[in-house]
Amino acid sequence: MPDVGKITTLISGLLFGAGVTISGMVNPMKVLNFLDITGQWDASLVLVMAAGLAVTLIGYQLVFRNKAPLFSPTFKLPTLKKVDLPLVAGAALFGVGWGLSGFCPGPAVASLVFGNTQSFIFVAAMAVGMIATRQIKQRGPAS
Amino acid sequence: MSPTEFTPLAAIVGGSLIGSSAVLLMLTNGRIAGASGIFAGLLSLEFSSEFSWRLTFIIGMLIGAFLSAQLFFDASSIAFTGGPITTVAAGLFVGIGAILGSGCTSGHGICGLSRFSVRSLTATLTFMATAITTVFITRHVWGA
Repeated sequence: MPDVGKITTLISGLLFGAGVTISGMVNPMKVLNFLDITGQWDASLVLVMAAGLAVTLIGYQLVFRNKAPLFSPTFKLPTLKKVDLPLVAGAALFGVGWGLSGFCPGPAVASLVFGNTQSFIFVAAMAVGMIATRQIKQRGPAS
Repeated sequence: MSPTEFTPLAAIVGGSLIGSSAVLLMLTNGRIAGASGIFAGLLSLEFSSEFSWRLTFIIGMLIGAFLSAQLFFDASSIAFTGGPITTVAAGLFVGIGAILGSGCTSGHGICGLSRFSVRSLTATLTFMATAITTVFITRHVWGA
């Protein structure tokens, strides 16, 4: 069955994968040099972020004029509004991992196609961290 | 550590593509294009429609990375730092942090900020700060 929603999801993925590749975010060294503001600073990622934000900011304004997405009944948006400890602690830990490796989830997964061992090790460890944290989150008291 | 070239054109094109991905996914399927949430959704034994769209997106990502690299990216320029233990630790931290913090660079840094989410702004400022601090410590305090 041809499902238009599936095709647009696939195209979204294609754009994302091409974006993190062309921008150089799949290269951890480039990301680390962006984070190294007192050293060999490579400002490229400032422009990646700025361009990404500009397109999304304007695009979302137009999209949210619609009552619903084209191929799905409703917009699925996060409902949590409160800044809480898990958010801040999680983001802090995320940043340490990003700063140690130069990899964040999207570029790391996309970089698997380049066949470097480090990408596979990183993504495997990330998957373990995700599964373990989700288990604990589901079992423990609601945060 | 080795220097990398400032590549403004590739950065703007790449960033715009990531933004287009986020806008298209919201327009058509009403979803946030957050890589960590989409990937984490695949790490499940329950096969649902949620699983299916996420798998489609990830497959698209891999194809997009592969195809675009044929023309616009030199994959041999990819360079890593740190040994396997550092990589494992970093992967664990990123995985734990993305679930605990409900998002990553794309989900909070692009989609969340574009929705004027205070949670995403807090998360983005926090992970930028700890990432910059981590690189400062590993490169300039402990040495490379």
